Amino acid sequence: MKLITEKKPAFPWFGMDIGGTLVKLVYFEPVDITAEEEQEEVENLKSIRRYLTSNVAYGKTGVRDVHLELRNLTMCGRTGNLHFIRFPTQAMPRFIQMGRDKNFSSLHTTLCATGGGAYKFENDFRTMADLELLKLDELDCLIRGLLFVDRVGFNGHPECYYFQNPSDTQSCVKKPCTLDNPFPMLLVNIGSGVSILAVYSENNYKRVTGTSLGGGTFLGLCCLLTGCETFEEALEMASKGDSTNVDKLVKDIYGGDYERFGLQGSAVASSFGHMMSKEKRDSISKEDLARATLVTITNNIGSIARMCAVNEKIERVVFVGNFLRINTVSTKLLAYAMDFWSKGQLRALFLEHEGYFGAVGALMELLKTTEDP
Amino acid sequence: MAECGGVDSNPSSHTMDKSITLPPDEIFRNLENAKRFAIDIGGSLTKLAYYSTVQHKVAKVRSFDHTAKEAASDKLYEISVQEEVTARLHFIKFENAYIETCLDFIKDHLVNTDTKVIKATGGGAHKFKELIERKLGLKVDKEDEMTCLIKGCNFVLKNIPHEAFVYAKHADSEFRFQTTNPDIFPYLLVNIGSGVSIVKVESEDKFERIGGSSIGGGTFWGLGALLTKTKRFDELLQLASKGQHTSVDMLVKDIYGGSYGYLGLTGDLIASSFGKSATADKEFSKEDMAKSLLHMISNDIGQLACLYAKLHNLSRVYFGGFFIRGHPVTMHTITYSINFFTKGEVQALFLRHEGYLGAIGAFLKGAEEDNPNQYSWGENYAGSSGLMSVSPDMNPMQRARSGTFDMLEMDRLERQLMNLPLLQDPSSYIPDTVDLTEDALAREYWLDCFEEALDGVVKRAVASQPDMPEAALRAEKFRQKYRHKLQTLRNQPFAYGSLTVRSLLDTREHCLNEFNFPDPYSKIKQRENDVALKYYQKAVKSLEELSWEERQFALVRGVLAGNVFDWGAKAVSDVLESDPEFGFEQAKRQLEERPWLVDSYDQWLERLKGPPHKCALFFVDNSGVDIILGVMPFVRELLSRGTEVVLASNSGPALNDVTNGELQILTERIAAMDPVIQASLSEDRLTLVQSGSSSPCLDLSRLDKVLAMVARERQTDLVIIEGMGRAIHTNYYAMLSCESLKMAVIKNSWLADRLGGKLFSVVFKYEVPAGKPGQDSAALTPS
Repeated sequence: MKLITEKKPAFPWFGMDIGGTLVKLVYFEPVDITAEEEQEEVENLKSIRRYLTSNVAYGKTGVRDVHLELRNLTMCGRTGNLHFIRFPTQAMPRFIQMGRDKNFSSLHTTLCATGGGAYKFENDFRTMADLELLKLDELDCLIRGLLFVDRVGFNGHPECYYFQNPSDTQSCVKKPCTLDNPFPMLLVNIGSGVSILAVYSENNYKRVTGTSLGGGTFLGLCCLLTGCETFEEALEMASKGDSTNVDKLVKDIYGGDYERFGLQGSAVASSFGHMMSKEKRDSISKEDLARATLVTITNNIGSIARMCAVNEKIERVVFVGNFLRINTVSTKLLAYAMDFWSKGQLRALFLEHEGYFGAVGALMELLKTTEDP
Repeated sequence: MAECGGVDSNPSSHTMDKSITLPPDEIFRNLENAKRFAIDIGGSLTKLAYYSTVQHKVAKVRSFDHTAKEAASDKLYEISVQEEVTARLHFIKFENAYIETCLDFIKDHLVNTDTKVIKATGGGAHKFKELIERKLGLKVDKEDEMTCLIKGCNFVLKNIPHEAFVYAKHADSEFRFQTTNPDIFPYLLVNIGSGVSIVKVESEDKFERIGGSSIGGGTFWGLGALLTKTKRFDELLQLASKGQHTSVDMLVKDIYGGSYGYLGLTGDLIASSFGKSATADKEFSKEDMAKSLLHMISNDIGQLACLYAKLHNLSRVYFGGFFIRGHPVTMHTITYSINFFTKGEVQALFLRHEGYLGAIGAFLKGAEEDNPNQYSWGENYAGSSGLMSVSPDMNPMQRARSGTFDMLEMDRLERQLMNLPLLQDPSSYIPDTVDLTEDALAREYWLDCFEEALDGVVKRAVASQPDMPEAALRAEKFRQKYRHKLQTLRNQPFAYGSLTVRSLLDTREHCLNEFNFPDPYSKIKQRENDVALKYYQKAVKSLEELSWEERQFALVRGVLAGNVFDWGAKAVSDVLESDPEFGFEQAKRQLEERPWLVDSYDQWLERLKGPPHKCALFFVDNSGVDIILGVMPFVRELLSRGTEVVLASNSGPALNDVTNGELQILTERIAAMDPVIQASLSEDRLTLVQSGSSSPCLDLSRLDKVLAMVARERQTDLVIIEGMGRAIHTNYYAMLSCESLKMAVIKNSWLADRLGGKLFSVVFKYEVPAGKPGQDSAALTPS
């Protein structure tokens, strides 16, 4: 028993993914703590556990996604709950400050971090909080975390889902599914920007391409166009808007379908195309603008993803990333776009833990590094 | 002649004069003969196309009947100037604001009324349908926009050399023109209008829209207007060119603190467009937002274009549409994006006449019964505006083009043109030796040179029409026109594609023709031919007295000395005009002694000791001593060896170059004196063909179809190119699949200096194609 505990990394177990916009943090809360362990546990470790598990919000901007919690999970021989927490990257200095205040460095844990911020903030962690980061590649972590979460499932349910009848808004329904045989898959990670990977096995993948038109673009443009401040606000507005007041459709130009090229009249011909006219600019609502921004960005990602899938000859397209959080407009649009433009050849898949796989992957690295010395 | 006197008295023209900087009679030229109209109305610009006929003077030669007693003249042939009607396509581009005045003008000047229909395309066609029908009384017939675009694109790619270019913002010359590949298909056309259409074009009639994007010019404009409160597209581009996108975009280094080394993504790469603007507590400048938007859209389009190019395995990708239309800012960002996404494997190509594609296509749709695609067409440099310089860095105000009209004129060529089948690699063949667009020193020299020569050209033009009192006035107009062209080319060397000595010469010919000076040298050529013919028999006789080896050398020297007689070269025309006694023998003495500047005479002589060539194709140069005393004896020797000879001369006049018409008469006269020539003609072993060109230079990729056919049928195994224009300014580096001989005397001291020689240095370049002997010409050698 003692031998095993020696091989295990010291608590607390964290995995961290510091992105361009959001920091994703996963925290493993052991529930199988023995009385002996409890006694040995230092005070600040206890206080961290209590602080994280008894709150759902941290400061002004930190949030625990309670609905995503993975309960009674066994990791590295320990049973516990996996908590999913996020806060804006802008709050990173305050987070590091807190690490210093709580004397995190005395816990002798390794802080596994991925995402660009692992590099950007490495020095701040060291100088401000006396913490050494174990920096990990974000794409490695993403794939590892994704495969792990899919394997363990979502508290007895599948992690993965797709939309049945994506082309029909009436009968389009979300359906759970499993990624039993996941390879090859095209993995589209939509964070601030977008990375598209062709994944052939856990360790064999390539980054096919990426685009700078991602979640950050949606939010950035929405803020400029509508004065909103948060992703939630932007999505809320988008859900109420009508993009056809902003976008020029094929039928706006051709009066109907453009038959010569098989384009439906309802297809968008020019995103924001109506906004070339002053009268239309003056009469447009913020909600319509937010919706148009969302639709533009989503369709574009769908279009690039589809082309990559065809070029790489991969039929399964998995969309992840925090852009898809609480964003059924986009998930349904992507499902529709994959299905429609590929004439049913491609299937869009989504995962419940959208943006957290990088952080999970980082945590797994922590458990792995200490397992094989 | 177009009588434009009515213009001033026309009430509508007064309103035009106020708004248009060019006089309308210069814009809507040849309107009285116009038929078949087409119009392409875009968001801000209208492009009008019409087909018209141009009556202009051509010089014809006609042989006197020398058997008849009354032919007292000692002249060989008579020269007459005749009226000829040729077909011309006119394209005019102007702002939509002028549509109404332009339509009025057309209506008042349209004499020919058998036209009932006007083909129309473009997004604005329906908006102005009623106006056009009411003003012109023509029925508007709408044509599909994309079909017109593709048709127009095929047309310019086939008919206009140097149509496509690569844009390189920081290079010495921004525009790098592409050589004309005879095989234009397949290609990808990415049309960036308000949205983006990506079309794969496989043949004249086969094309398919393989994809597109809604993020296009309309997105830039619409979103840009919302973000910056700037209404006009051009102003938005102006803003963008001054902005810094890094304050708005989230870069890789903003996330990583540096580069993402593991993936090789540099720190400056945009990770998230507008990623920094997701904050309420910062203000962003209009310029920065516009720049960020421009990058976002250009990169996105570039990425999609690359994905489609890769999927369909296409390497030629042309970009067009109002987003691109001559805007250096967008050409630069699109080029950058394509380079980034394909790692340089695909080049973004742009078109000089991109704005006209729709109008050209619509016109072609309406003119199908005339079979315009059966003909070859040529850009008329005299009547075309050329590509504008629109670099906002250079001159921000130049973009404000309001009130200016842009024109393109294309002449229907009498002959269909094609490649010389003996080119080693037609797709990489570049006729011109020096690209003056890229060589600033050479450009300056030649522009000065042509400017200095202008007085002489004007003088000679007037002298060529002594019976016409108004010739002086026309010559003066010619001078103004050509001087203006030279001025344009000084500022915008790229206006008509790559600037070359050839294009300068051709532009001059076009301008001369424009003012009805079809052949200023006709009388000089006539006189020279007369004189030279008198010495022919004597020259041949003296050659026959030489030993074989002496004769071969004398023949070559004869061709070279004959080539010194060239009114086109400045140094020579000076001597000739001051000293008419400058004779053939004197010319020989002027020649450089061997070893010549380029000298492969020994190899040539060795070759002559071997078996005779099957057939020699000889591109001849000047009239007079050159052709009669230099070339003909040389040809005679080839014929005597058993080699068939095809003499290729210009279809139309250019300087003192011998034309096909003149050469036919000359050959007949020589045949009458010389049984060898006589026999060869009657046995069809000596053939005269026309080159299809009216240029003092030679473009082997645009030759008369008949010439190409004859060259192939005769199994030509030797190509001889003579003279500075054809063998030095052009074709000096041309690689042929058979043996070739390039002979010229350098009659320009600057050029001689450049080539490391001096005035009257000799280039004698005999080449045998590399590789296994006979392999390349296997198809041409009888087995």
